[in-house]
Amino acid sequence: MSKPLIGVLLGAILGLIDGLTAWFTPAVRDQLLGIVIGSTLKGIIAGVAIGFFAKKFHSLPLGIVFGLLVGAFLAWLVAFMQGGYYFEIILPGTLVGLIVGFATQKYGKPALTANT
Amino acid sequence: MKWLSDDKLNYLRAVVANPDFSSTKYTFIKELGRGGMGTVYLTEDRELNRLVAIKVLNVPQVTEDLRNRMIREAQIIARLEHPGIVPVHDVGVLPDGRVFYAMKYVRGSRLDDYAAQNGSLGDRLRKFQAVCDAVAFAHAHGVIHRDLKPQNIMIGSFGEVLVLDWGVAKILATDNTDEDGFIRIHPSNPWPHDTSAGTVIGTRDYMSPEQARGETSQLDERADVYSLGAVLHFLLKDQSKVGKAAAAICSKAMAPAKESRYSTASELSAEIGRLLDAQPVSAYQESAIEKVSRWVSKNRFLVLLVLAYLLMRIILVFTSRP
Repeated sequence: MSKPLIGVLLGAILGLIDGLTAWFTPAVRDQLLGIVIGSTLKGIIAGVAIGFFAKKFHSLPLGIVFGLLVGAFLAWLVAFMQGGYYFEIILPGTLVGLIVGFATQKYGKPALTANT
Repeated sequence: MKWLSDDKLNYLRAVVANPDFSSTKYTFIKELGRGGMGTVYLTEDRELNRLVAIKVLNVPQVTEDLRNRMIREAQIIARLEHPGIVPVHDVGVLPDGRVFYAMKYVRGSRLDDYAAQNGSLGDRLRKFQAVCDAVAFAHAHGVIHRDLKPQNIMIGSFGEVLVLDWGVAKILATDNTDEDGFIRIHPSNPWPHDTSAGTVIGTRDYMSPEQARGETSQLDERADVYSLGAVLHFLLKDQSKVGKAAAAICSKAMAPAKESRYSTASELSAEIGRLLDAQPVSAYQESAIEKVSRWVSKNRFLVLLVLAYLLMRIILVFTSRP
């Protein structure tokens, strides 16, 4: 399995879980479907970016830091559009980025290097 | 009249018993050990200025057959050029007519001594895998060892693994010539010194059942696989956390019926490699729980991260409630 694909799958799964937990917040429960779709898409976008980064750069610390930043940024965007719940959105989003960053560096087929 | 003390007499006896290397380029240093057919001495190669080990035929009645056996042993080892097989540098005859061969002097300890000092299961398995690779190389060149045991395996001071004492090795018969250096038996160049049927060769605790029955003509690589299994058993026996997979590999290698064993030392080596990489092994059928447990054990950090994420999610759910 390639690194971008791992990133997409893991990002999607964690994004889905992220979105589903919105059910526990009664104030936004009626927007659950939109939240789940948005959260899953956010996870996929983060996974693609982090996965391609992992394909290009083989460094676990760099991959984790990049994942953290991408996850935090995308989560911030969502929180900004929501106009609230910054802590509840950015913290888990950052952690998702960290997990995807770690997993894409550790697993998946690295890119083939050309013979010179 | 002066009498010589016992110490001086013993010293003189020892000096007389030492082989005479005067007509060779080697200088005697000390005796390293004794086996059934020969004694190994530490010497210095004066031309290359290095230490070498020399095995000298050392039996009361030296026959032509024994001399040829010794030379054959040196030839077998010399053809097996592998980092895990002790290289032979020279072969010759001492002034007193005894045959000798010079080989690399390995600084280190025997596998049994090494295992007594080093407790790590992973390290033992890696060393064992290196032994399997050396033996597999010999098998690929038509030679089976027939006396594999911890005492015939050396661990060098840099962790290198060497298989020693090919004195009872058997050449597997083949009719084909091969440019890659396969040792073969040719009608015009037979090996007349192969062990006759009924002769039991090897060390009892590490000997395959067919070898113990003296079925010398039926022996193949799987006899060595059995012995390797016995060596693995030795390495695992004092380990507290062996695991079912490792025990299953050991049992398969030591199966009484050779058809039930790994067919080659390479197969056994690959199996050990899978065990070291926390992958499933062919010798043991895992249950679903064991598969999950192995996966979790191999990916501990990722699992902890995901659990931390889920825990954080649960905490946020409860803390954000009005």
